[in-house]
Amino acid sequence: MTGIAAEEQIDPLMVAERWMLEGREVAIATVVATWGSAPRPVGSHLVIDEEGNFHGSVSGGCVEGEVISEAAGVIADGQPKMLEFGVADETAWRVGLSCGGKIEVYLERVG
Amino acid sequence: MDPHLLKKLNAARRARQAAVMITDLEDGRDRVVMKGDPLAGTLGEAVASVFASGKSGAVEIEGSRFFLNVHVPSPRMTIIGAVHISQVLAPMAQMTGFDVRVVDPRTAFATPERFDGVDLVADWPEDALKDRPVDAFTAVVAVTHDPKIDDWPLISALKSNAFYVGALGSRKTHARRVERLTLQGVSESEIGRIAAPIGLDIGAQSPAEIAVAILAQVIGALRRPAGTGKG
Repeated sequence: MTGIAAEEQIDPLMVAERWMLEGREVAIATVVATWGSAPRPVGSHLVIDEEGNFHGSVSGGCVEGEVISEAAGVIADGQPKMLEFGVADETAWRVGLSCGGKIEVYLERVG
Repeated sequence: MDPHLLKKLNAARRARQAAVMITDLEDGRDRVVMKGDPLAGTLGEAVASVFASGKSGAVEIEGSRFFLNVHVPSPRMTIIGAVHISQVLAPMAQMTGFDVRVVDPRTAFATPERFDGVDLVADWPEDALKDRPVDAFTAVVAVTHDPKIDDWPLISALKSNAFYVGALGSRKTHARRVERLTLQGVSESEIGRIAAPIGLDIGAQSPAEIAVAILAQVIGALRRPAGTGKG
């Protein structure tokens, strides 16, 4: 039983629900496609609130910063967004996706 | 994402029900489909395929791109018998992602020292499994070869939709088991679901090797249900 409770604490979608019920504005980022050696599998989530608090992972750390800063805009205007990160891409280089893969991250607001 | 759908999806996950969140990547609309919900057409086929593989992915259907995020419960392994094989099988199964419980009413076997870090219940399976009913994501592995301990969980697993049911014991032991289970009203096809002798036939000898043979067979039943039978 403790195992289930612990999982609720760290599961991004459970965290998203909890934050939502606390009245926070929430965005969810999801890995929808990967090419090459992507660090997190398709379906992985990162949740972000309007203050930039975040939980979960879409890349094992390398592109989170960029996703979190994009989330503010998505929370503000409610328009979902597709973000792409890859080694060939200037942005990706800047945010340091040094693992050599390419990922596509879908970012959407809850509500 | 619709807040109601997030709640619905999490409720399904807490209840260990398989569900797929479908997101239309063009317009952002989403919906949650539970396993068994009827869904026609190409999208229905794509959803059935992600339920079967457990792998999420994007699909393109008639010019629209959809993302199918599948949520299946982590597989469980319920091991009946706190024996030598279980001592190696339990940690191996945990390492491969199984949520493991070991059950044995014999308190001499079911000691925390022998099962460090494992969910161990020193009680009869009838009681130990009350809060953990066998479902489609559960493998039941009976290794005491003592009828009064193994038979009840085997019968209950066969009456459920457990994805794997295996029982330790020689062919002779199994033949006697078949007789007992038949007397208890278990049908021939249900009995046919028992993997016995348990494990892949790799000539395993030591408890650890037998554990590998069992674990490999369980994984096969989980990942390639059509291609894996017993033995």
